[in-house]
Amino acid sequence: MARPQTIEDQTHGRAWRSLLRRPASPGDRLFQGTTLLAALSLLGLLLAMAAYLFYVAWPSIARFGVRFLTGSTWDPVKEVFGALPAIYGTLLTSALAMLVAVPVSLGVAIFLAELSPRWLRAPASFLVEMLAAIPSVVLGLWGLFVMAPVLYPLEKWLASSLGFVPLFRGPVFGGVNFLAGGLILSIMALPIITAVVRDAILTVPAAQREAMLALGATRWEAISQAVLPYARSGIVAASILGLGRAVGETMAVTMVVGNGYRLTARLFAPGNTMASKIATQFNEASGLEINALVELALVLFAVALVVNLAGRLLVRWTVARAAGGGQ
Amino acid sequence: MLRARGVASLLAVGLLLAACGPTTQGTPTPGPSAGDTTPPGATVRLNGAGATFPYPLYSKWFDEYAEVSNTQVNYQSIGSGGGIRQITEGTVDFGASDGIMTAQQQVAAEQRGGPILHIPMTMGSVAVVYNLPGIPSGQLKLTPEALADIYLKRIAKWNDPRIAQLNPGLSLPNQDIAVVHRSDGSGTTFIFTNYLSKVSQEWKEKVGNATAVNWPGDVGGQGNEGVAGQVRQIPGAMGYVEVAYAKQNRIPWVALANASRDFIEPSLESTSAAAQGVDLPDDMKVMVTNSSNPQAYPIAGFTWLLMFVQQTDCNKGRALVDMMWWALHDGQQYGTALDYAPLPPDAVRKAEAQVRSITCGSQPLLER
Repeated sequence: MARPQTIEDQTHGRAWRSLLRRPASPGDRLFQGTTLLAALSLLGLLLAMAAYLFYVAWPSIARFGVRFLTGSTWDPVKEVFGALPAIYGTLLTSALAMLVAVPVSLGVAIFLAELSPRWLRAPASFLVEMLAAIPSVVLGLWGLFVMAPVLYPLEKWLASSLGFVPLFRGPVFGGVNFLAGGLILSIMALPIITAVVRDAILTVPAAQREAMLALGATRWEAISQAVLPYARSGIVAASILGLGRAVGETMAVTMVVGNGYRLTARLFAPGNTMASKIATQFNEASGLEINALVELALVLFAVALVVNLAGRLLVRWTVARAAGGGQ
Repeated sequence: MLRARGVASLLAVGLLLAACGPTTQGTPTPGPSAGDTTPPGATVRLNGAGATFPYPLYSKWFDEYAEVSNTQVNYQSIGSGGGIRQITEGTVDFGASDGIMTAQQQVAAEQRGGPILHIPMTMGSVAVVYNLPGIPSGQLKLTPEALADIYLKRIAKWNDPRIAQLNPGLSLPNQDIAVVHRSDGSGTTFIFTNYLSKVSQEWKEKVGNATAVNWPGDVGGQGNEGVAGQVRQIPGAMGYVEVAYAKQNRIPWVALANASRDFIEPSLESTSAAAQGVDLPDDMKVMVTNSSNPQAYPIAGFTWLLMFVQQTDCNKGRALVDMMWWALHDGQQYGTALDYAPLPPDAVRKAEAQVRSITCGSQPLLER
């Protein structure tokens, strides 16, 4: 089966290439050079940042080696620094955030793009986008003073009735914990994912839906079998964008994650994340702790890079599968 | 796709432009420079940076002092660590800190500008606060041993016999104690862990004394407000905050046994008492926690201004010592209204001697 032409094929197609190969006017050359410079500067900036982090982190890297990644104490007094609880916390809260945000965003996006009455569409979209505009410190305060107290009795109840599951084991301290961190992150990721998924759904040709409906499919069947598969790469890309936000978020998460520092499967334990640890400790740190915190930043950098690369591969893979499977 | 790439490049250009732009604004000009650079009689501008804890008092002082002198002081409350860094780098005329500089920090500063002074300015203390409905402020009594064991997580419940026997009149719940600490590095933590290290050998060995430590227990809150917020919200919580903060927000606090086994509540008087009638070294690099004064609240301490003994700009140096002298005497009265404990006479005498020792070109700067 022939691979359908995409817009990218058309714009990057042979016609365009041959146009580029034409002897360029000085203006074109200048333009090309400028954009190339801009592109390279971004790469340069990234490399310079990584190199500088590495340079400042070196005393800590040399001192702790792999133990920095596997150690689970952070002791400024004895100058022993291990990042594992923070790495674990970042991954756990981000995963929790995705677990909540992706399904909810999908629902919101489907509603906005497919099911919402016309008069509601614009105000509802606007509200979702407003959510992205809330400063993270405000969201954090809301989490601390509104969300945590609401979660607290629920968590206590869960701990007392389902406490035999390691995930829900007590004691519960006032609703600031990994779970609260994950939930705040999900709220922050939600508007980004929703907006991108909605746009992806809106690009699905109307003929797809009409064909399904003409075959006698229900609304649900049309959406789940014709619309969503078509928008799949957009949905994956949206989730990656949201995940990127969750991995690096600092302020809001710091305020509700509880700032404990241990490795535990308990969702109700006060935890930490890499970004939060850096933000809370850096100002008053001295000596080796500064190097260790910068190494933590380097690890965060690496984790963000891996997450992004994995996301890109996933998008490519879903696109390839969609194309190979034939719509 | 094309559009997205375009936007990314534009962003990159914007970042580069921002990075290349003028960066002179906002950074204070280096303080100490050679010779007399300010003409006498003109307005002298001093730059200082450091501790956030004394900021309300300092800003009151500098406002009042600008009325009675021709000295204007610009103080940035960036935290004790930042204050130490800036005075060491010579970007300010004085630093401010709630903690004593480490040996390493002092060596670095001395290489830059010679001996550095810790001049005490005012006193503060740390209240141990709790959330037990029905037990009013000051009614709950704790010994240093019990407090250390709670923070070491050796005492986990409120009705533990070690707490109950100190409080025979109170009905204590069978509830987990949620121990709250500062998540950010802080002078308040420094004083608190200094106290615990003095009263508990186990604390000293396992945890130690610093602006941030490896906490055995529970929840961290950002700033005094973060700790207070957590304590308010978690039934059965215990935390530590600056006394001024606890007082202004009416958070109940513990009456703590001091070195002579009297249960003392934090107050301005019991805080000042911590530095009165006790041995104070001439350099005043001393933590007066667990004071031997029977009237003293045990978790109290100084906050210091940091400055070099040898001033390089004589006019600025003169303005600086005059300002210090004023703060140590006339300035002390402003403390009480803002919940800062005034320096007791013993501490003022030591501080006076320090201010007298400041020189410019080997001439003492203070003219009195």
